[in-house]
Amino acid sequence: MKAYTADRTFNAVNFIILLVATLACLAPFIHIFAVSLSSPGAITSGKVSLLPVELNFEAYSKVFSNAAMIRSLGFTIWLTLLTTTLCMLMTIAIGYPLSKKKLKGRKWIMLLVVITMFFSGGIIPEYILIKNLNFLDTIWALVLPGLINPFYLIILVSFFNNIPESLEESAEIDGSSHFRTLLSIMLPLSMPVIATLSLFYAVARWNGFQDTLMYITKPELYPLQLKLYQMIQNNMITDLLQNEGSQITTMVPEGLKAASVIFATVPILIVYPWLQRYFVSGVMLGAVKG
Amino acid sequence: MRTTSYLLRYWQLYALLLLPVSYFLIFRYGPMYGIQIAFKDFNFFQGIGGSEWIGLEAFKEVFAMKDFYLTLRNTLMLNFLDLLVSFPAPLFLAILLYEMKILWFKKLSQTILYIPHFISWIIIGGIVYQVFGTQSGMINNVITGLGFDAIPFLTSKNEWLITYLLVGVWQSAGWGTIIYLAALTGINKELFEAAGIDGAGRLKQIWHITLPGLRSTIVVLLIINLGHMITIGFDRPFVIGNLAVREYADVLSTFVYRVGIQSGQYTLATVVGLFQAVVGLIFVLGANYTSKKLTDEGIM
Repeated sequence: MKAYTADRTFNAVNFIILLVATLACLAPFIHIFAVSLSSPGAITSGKVSLLPVELNFEAYSKVFSNAAMIRSLGFTIWLTLLTTTLCMLMTIAIGYPLSKKKLKGRKWIMLLVVITMFFSGGIIPEYILIKNLNFLDTIWALVLPGLINPFYLIILVSFFNNIPESLEESAEIDGSSHFRTLLSIMLPLSMPVIATLSLFYAVARWNGFQDTLMYITKPELYPLQLKLYQMIQNNMITDLLQNEGSQITTMVPEGLKAASVIFATVPILIVYPWLQRYFVSGVMLGAVKG
Repeated sequence: MRTTSYLLRYWQLYALLLLPVSYFLIFRYGPMYGIQIAFKDFNFFQGIGGSEWIGLEAFKEVFAMKDFYLTLRNTLMLNFLDLLVSFPAPLFLAILLYEMKILWFKKLSQTILYIPHFISWIIIGGIVYQVFGTQSGMINNVITGLGFDAIPFLTSKNEWLITYLLVGVWQSAGWGTIIYLAALTGINKELFEAAGIDGAGRLKQIWHITLPGLRSTIVVLLIINLGHMITIGFDRPFVIGNLAVREYADVLSTFVYRVGIQSGQYTLATVVGLFQAVVGLIFVLGANYTSKKLTDEGIM
């Protein structure tokens, strides 16, 4: 009986701690959502916490009527789709041959890849390379440098290696070429890992910031992160000045910033639940294989 | 003859390799060729090959810079504190999730806990400002509402450090549980039943079964983290940091950006980057060696 009560206490405490952790995880999003829907007056007087005060859609109508913002969203979607597609094509193109143990020179190519996991030229030589290739202020500066992530490549290769060799061999005996085997046998069997890696590439590109800061100066090519950064930067400075007693007021209203943040977050949140079941298995595969 | 038949059989695979290998040579090894400018007085007119050699001049200059030591210290300090605070959090959460018997709630909270990992640091920066701001941040609204003075979470260096660490936990704790949960699937459930029959409570079971089952994962992750002590992402300190807290927020990655891209001192910035890459390599190789010694599990 005593053990039974102890068990129940444990379950209750466990539930409460997890609940608090989960809510702590959500609270910032809820707050910023509430701010985005509140009136400017309510925001500056500090009345908004987790629910909108004086419900107001002005911030959203401003975001959606802001041509630069919409263009930035369109560009970011295009950039992400292009990058993800090219990344996957390239990763598969190198991953498939590297999974063939009989391929001569495979070890050397693997070494070429692995070295880059431990050592890189660094930010400045990369910048000089992009500048010398005349890629500054073009979409290619954001697409090409990250085409193949060696860690994702290794996850893909180990996945290919786990597909029974007999399947490939029987296809080969039937006279199937390597291209055909890849397209009609390997890829259909690899959908979970392909979905996972696509998600990772897409999220990395969607969220990527430092390269946009370094390579892009043309406003037409501002991805969302760079646009948001400029608004937030402005926030930080204002906070600093107000703290030091200066009377400079915020230039971009709080509600508008909050609405922009929501605007840039929602696309990720829409895709996320669909892919969640894939990425957990994908990460585990990567973890097990190390 | 044998070569011909080999090529006939495998040429398609080599064709597939062509573009990816060129990618590695151009975009991964190209910058390595550029490292030589650390030893040159680089300018764009003369190019990488044409600029004049200056030996270790630039290294001497960097090692005499006060900011170099400040950013090096901050990099190590932020990483070390992060490890102290952010490392145990996913372990704790993973055990809670593992012990959670209400499946729908477990799934729901996992879904929610993973989300911050997918949010960019820019967006997190925006959220941080709204939550921790001094003037109209959510937390300070509560604090001033209760009649206390507002806390400068973002503009005073010690308070900023706490903000920086808390945000790190918030962002990474949920995602970090995945690897522990994967390791936990390997534990034989019968052990728990047997322990239960022997009268061990749940806490005792965690202590004697769950934690030992995670020992090697913990050690490997800890070593990986120690191996990355000198590497620090750019976005997080850059976005959450600001001029008022520069004394703590300025790290090697932001220093390289400022000196190299903003001030155009490419040679000096490359020296800093090279220093970081070489020390980082030594750390990682050392970590891998240690991991192999301790657990028979290499990281590579």
